[in-house]
Amino acid sequence: MRNNPQLNKNGELQHLLTIEGLPATTLRHILDTAETFLDVAEREVKKVPLLQGKAIFNLFFEPSTRTRTTFEIAAKRLSADVINLNVGTSSQSKGETLLDTVDNLAAMQADMFVVRHGQSGAAHLIARHVAPHIHVVNAGDGRHAHPTQGLLDMFTIRHYKKDLTRLRVAIVGDLLHSRVARSQIHALTTLGVPEVRIIGPKTLIPTCAERMGVQVYHDMATGLKDVDVIIMLRLQNERMRGALLPSAQEYFKYYGLTAEKLALARPDAIVMHPGPMNRGVEIESSVADGVQSVILSQVTFGIAVRMAVMSILMGNKAGGEA
Amino acid sequence: MKIHIKNGRLIDPKNHIDAQCDVFIAAGKVVAVGAMPENFTANRTIDAAGLVICPGLVDLSARLREPGYEYKATLESEMLAAVAGGVTSLVCPPDTDPPLDEPGLVEMLKHRARSLNQARVYPLGALTQKLEGERLTEMAELHDAGCIGFSHADMPLSDTLVLMRAMQYAATFGFTVWLRPQDAFLAKDGVAHDGEVASRLGLPAIPSCAESIALSAILSLARETGARIHICRLSSREGIALIRAAKMEGLPVTCDIAVHHAHLSEMDIGFFDSNCHLVPPLRSQRDRDALREGLVDGTIDAICSDHTPVDDDAKLLPFAEAEAGATGLELLLPLTLKWAKETGVSLPAAIARITSEPTRILALNNGHLGAGQPADVCIFDPERYWKVEPGSLKSQGRNTPFLGLELQGKVKYTLVEGHVVYEAPTEI
Repeated sequence: MRNNPQLNKNGELQHLLTIEGLPATTLRHILDTAETFLDVAEREVKKVPLLQGKAIFNLFFEPSTRTRTTFEIAAKRLSADVINLNVGTSSQSKGETLLDTVDNLAAMQADMFVVRHGQSGAAHLIARHVAPHIHVVNAGDGRHAHPTQGLLDMFTIRHYKKDLTRLRVAIVGDLLHSRVARSQIHALTTLGVPEVRIIGPKTLIPTCAERMGVQVYHDMATGLKDVDVIIMLRLQNERMRGALLPSAQEYFKYYGLTAEKLALARPDAIVMHPGPMNRGVEIESSVADGVQSVILSQVTFGIAVRMAVMSILMGNKAGGEA
Repeated sequence: MKIHIKNGRLIDPKNHIDAQCDVFIAAGKVVAVGAMPENFTANRTIDAAGLVICPGLVDLSARLREPGYEYKATLESEMLAAVAGGVTSLVCPPDTDPPLDEPGLVEMLKHRARSLNQARVYPLGALTQKLEGERLTEMAELHDAGCIGFSHADMPLSDTLVLMRAMQYAATFGFTVWLRPQDAFLAKDGVAHDGEVASRLGLPAIPSCAESIALSAILSLARETGARIHICRLSSREGIALIRAAKMEGLPVTCDIAVHHAHLSEMDIGFFDSNCHLVPPLRSQRDRDALREGLVDGTIDAICSDHTPVDDDAKLLPFAEAEAGATGLELLLPLTLKWAKETGVSLPAAIARITSEPTRILALNNGHLGAGQPADVCIFDPERYWKVEPGSLKSQGRNTPFLGLELQGKVKYTLVEGHVVYEAPTEI
């Protein structure tokens, strides 16, 4: 179990569970492959026959619109058969365990599971359990990881900024509960971004965060100074109910991204958000819709990146023999 | 039945014996150590050449899962695991279903255990009714029924007034209160140490101060009430420092750690290994090093197995949902030996931590092999390696972070009251 569970014997990707521990070459290979899929969307027939006859199960134990839809589009553009399951509403409520659900679906000749689950580590558990010919893509597990989001963010940054090794990137908001942030941090540090800053109140910054290779800021003004990329994180409304934050108003005042605060970053800085946005809570509408915002590009690129991930995984066999 | 154990190395920490020395047993008791008594004709001779003879191990925390959780383990399976691990006396926490909060339940458990003729079982009574943290149990009655002390197991007891009353009441009768310090609010929903690994894996966390805050409160109440306290399964560096200071001050406090905490840290969780979902959580390497030091210098009195058999299904879940706990009775001896070897602690000093020290905490007069003592004996091969595998364990719980590891130290014979209750199969 100490070996990286997502690589096969040849060091190729068998599953995509987390960015952590993946070599930069693997990440670049995914991003380069995604480039080649960008133009598929521009064609009259938006399809390539790479995964014809393959069955991909979208297994969502947590509700999702954007992620599930983009995975579905990506799989369909690769000509795979896609089956969408919102398990949160069926088997789990009947008391079936996670692995029983997976076994039942595997018996329906699944080739790949795209899994979202509320518990950290759920995708790892499934990946350890399934037969060797089945691939698992983590589409978000608890607070742990959301690797395809991390990759599409890297794709977006590379698209606009070209050279990642000269950038200052700031991630702002609720890092404690964010699987997106964890995947972004691992991707940024692996790809050689020299300065990754995280900004938020102490209640929303994980313990020992600096061990992940980031600099911790609690003040937006200093944290955003001269950065090239600003990534805003979603703040769940439920965070207001506990003792983490006093109010949405105070949060917006000190950690929301306004045009005024954006001006502290470099003039050509881009603004990103994994969505769904809370306008007026973490980001001002004028910024979200402004010229520096690349939020909608992220969504578009997400399809190409997910196509790349799926096609690369399907091309790699468990034993390593191609 | 008269037994002669010959050619072995006798290690009896309490009596300061570490020598090549024979042991003679008759009518369930040790009758002589060293020279054979006159007119002694053995019915059975055990050749312990190359083996260590020591008092049977005394485990301060082993869950037997009865009553209530027989699907996880039964008294039969776990008592067999105990003797296969050389454990002849064990203390079981009251968190059964129902909890051990009524004398009848305790009597039934003791009776069931006695009828198996294996290890001796010393139940801890529940400190509050149903372990709900509100009303005191009939401690005196429970004591008469066989409870050796009173505990709140791992259930939260957040009302400090109830805790103080419970300690005062226990102190009235001189009963020991066994507590695992953990602040209920700080630990709420947490499943791993609040550190690097939980942050990286996105696991809900329990900070070290959850232990030190609760421990400070317990020690203050001990000072206030005069109750004798045993602190169970300490996990943090801060906790050790508090115990060290309390002992210097002369408070009547003792403590133990679970043997896996002497070896593992949060790092061992790796990629969500649910076998490392333990209570208290595995903490940082610094904490682990402090625990090992505390064991060496005696701040920590004893090592327990914290045996908690969990069925496989309950572990095949995402980390946070997986049930906490690991099987431990059969690993207590080899893991204690491993700690001793790694830290340069002598074999007698290590064995004291799992024999005479626990009985001192229990205020029992066993845990040694002086003449006239009940013949509870463990005979083990200190050199023999064996691999921890589901098939090599007798316990119904097959989950442990040590699966697949080669450990040194294998029990060959276990005697309780002069009966051979376990004998390792002869190896070909």
